[in-house]
Amino acid sequence: MKRNDDKINIEQKTKMSRKGIRIEALSKRYGTGETAVDALKDVNMEVAAGEVVGLIGPSGSGKSTLLKSLGAVIEPSTGRMTIGDKIIYDNGWKIKDIRALRRDSIGFVFQAPYLIPFLDVTDNVALLPMLAGHSNADSRRQALAILEALDVGHRAKAMPSQLSGGEQQRVAIARALINHPPVVLADEPTAPLDSERALAVMRILAQMARQYETAIIVVTHDEKIIPTFKRLYHIRDGATYEEVGEGNGL
Amino acid sequence: MISLAGRDILRSWNKFVFTGIGLGLLIGVTLSMAGVYRGMVDDAQALLLNSGADLWVVQKDTLGPYAESSSIYDDVYRDLLAMPGVGQAANVTYLTMQVRRGQEDVRAMVVGILPDGPGEPKYLLAGRQITRSHYEAVADIASGFKIGDRIHIRRNDFTVVGLTRRMVSSGGDPMVFIPLKDAQEAQFLKDNDAIINQRQRTAANPSLNRPGVPGLLDAVLASQDHNPFVNAVLVQMKPGFVADEVAEPIRRWQHLQVYTRAQMEEILVAKLIATSARQIGMFLVILALVSAAIVAFIIYTLTLGKIREIAVLKLIGTRNRTIAAMIMQQAIALGLIGFVVGKIVATCLVPIFPKYVLLIPQDSIRGFIAVIVICILASLLAIHAALKVDPAEAIGA
Repeated sequence: MKRNDDKINIEQKTKMSRKGIRIEALSKRYGTGETAVDALKDVNMEVAAGEVVGLIGPSGSGKSTLLKSLGAVIEPSTGRMTIGDKIIYDNGWKIKDIRALRRDSIGFVFQAPYLIPFLDVTDNVALLPMLAGHSNADSRRQALAILEALDVGHRAKAMPSQLSGGEQQRVAIARALINHPPVVLADEPTAPLDSERALAVMRILAQMARQYETAIIVVTHDEKIIPTFKRLYHIRDGATYEEVGEGNGL
Repeated sequence: MISLAGRDILRSWNKFVFTGIGLGLLIGVTLSMAGVYRGMVDDAQALLLNSGADLWVVQKDTLGPYAESSSIYDDVYRDLLAMPGVGQAANVTYLTMQVRRGQEDVRAMVVGILPDGPGEPKYLLAGRQITRSHYEAVADIASGFKIGDRIHIRRNDFTVVGLTRRMVSSGGDPMVFIPLKDAQEAQFLKDNDAIINQRQRTAANPSLNRPGVPGLLDAVLASQDHNPFVNAVLVQMKPGFVADEVAEPIRRWQHLQVYTRAQMEEILVAKLIATSARQIGMFLVILALVSAAIVAFIIYTLTLGKIREIAVLKLIGTRNRTIAAMIMQQAIALGLIGFVVGKIVATCLVPIFPKYVLLIPQDSIRGFIAVIVICILASLLAIHAALKVDPAEAIGA
């Protein structure tokens, strides 16, 4: 009964109006003078809440730099970035605590799940709300609710090493979503999975995006999932252009 | 907030326990070394306390009788008894030597005493005090002798009539108490060949064997056979007197050196065992450095093995202080395991040591604080490495 209540709370909390992420004229320059390299050049991008878009491009095109910039891991050189209603970067960080921004507003899903090996599944997911100041009991209740939603509730007490690849990835998605961030960045989340599991992960991401009104950006090379996107951003030589995908968004 | 350090330790408990045991052995040796030093100090204090003396009267300009050799006439004690404040005064000799116990040698300090005087062992575990003037002995139990055993010292055999304990020299050798006259003989009397040789030399000396002076040679030879020296006189004061006030007239009028208990303790602790104490101090410093290096290396290695996890933790918003606390708590946990193991090891090692080892709670507390401080300092390197980790490493190139 308690779990259902938590589920409802999560859903209510995430039903708030959200606007996803928008970046305008974002640039990133490494180095100075003659050795300077422009990794990103006036990149524009907008992903609405509840939407899943793909970001594709060849190696060295600036994908990682864009991902790190979106994830507030590196500081862009110029431009503007808005998450929801909040301007977080405008030719300089507009937020003091970048770490808290990453914790509360941005979820990460990696190619490998990178779960913390010494924490069980519940605590891997509950760690984020705990870091945000929630009580252990409350954090674990939230974690169990989202694990149930992702169909891995029955593995809540397992250690990461006891999970299959697909289960690990679902736990990683649960961890990315537990704090209900407006944005989730997924870096090659389906690369190690076969077609069936890759599509299953994409379906989960799409469902979660809708359910939690989260803007999800999936960086991928994976031919299996590219056709599923409604919208795609291509990046080449640090610049992006948008393309309408052939998918139905799952 | 859950304990990240605790969870990591639980996952790789075997690594922590085995490393902790290794560290514990080192800490055990360190605590034992401190115990060896404490034992030496305690031996010195026991030597003074058990002698029952308030003042030690010795040869002028010497640090005798324990730190340097001292020789004074055995009738000095009579003069001392007439000095103000002196209650009791008794001759005493000390000689560290090998004594025979059956077929084997025992290193012991042979103490010559007068029955019922200062210097006599204060309490006995078994048997009785020396009552006869010759050929009886009371031995410290650490010497291995039992009641009724025969001790061979120089040319005489002594029967053990009593056993005592914690009566040791400042070097930790067990004491064997024998009557003063026998002890003087053991210390100064030469063997038969040497006596014959000395008599022949004296007789061949024309100034000591004059044809016109009958009896001169016999008188000289008689004086050579007699030994009128002891090593010290132990003095017990009358109640109400201050040691320095009693000592000063003895120094002035008897031309002898007098040490109070505090001065004698200073000689034994600060002078006699000072080099050994420095030696042990050096060992303690080296062992502390080795322990710190081991903890630093282990914690650093464990941290490097978690670089990816630390990058992920930083990426998802974990504060630096949470990560630093995780590493520091692990180092402290390692220190705690090491200290517990070390304390057990040291306690088990104590009876094995041939000399007295004294583990005192204050040293354990100091050791515990030192271990924790060392572990905290040792974890700083790993914390530095962890805080340098770029969260971008979690995302990839």
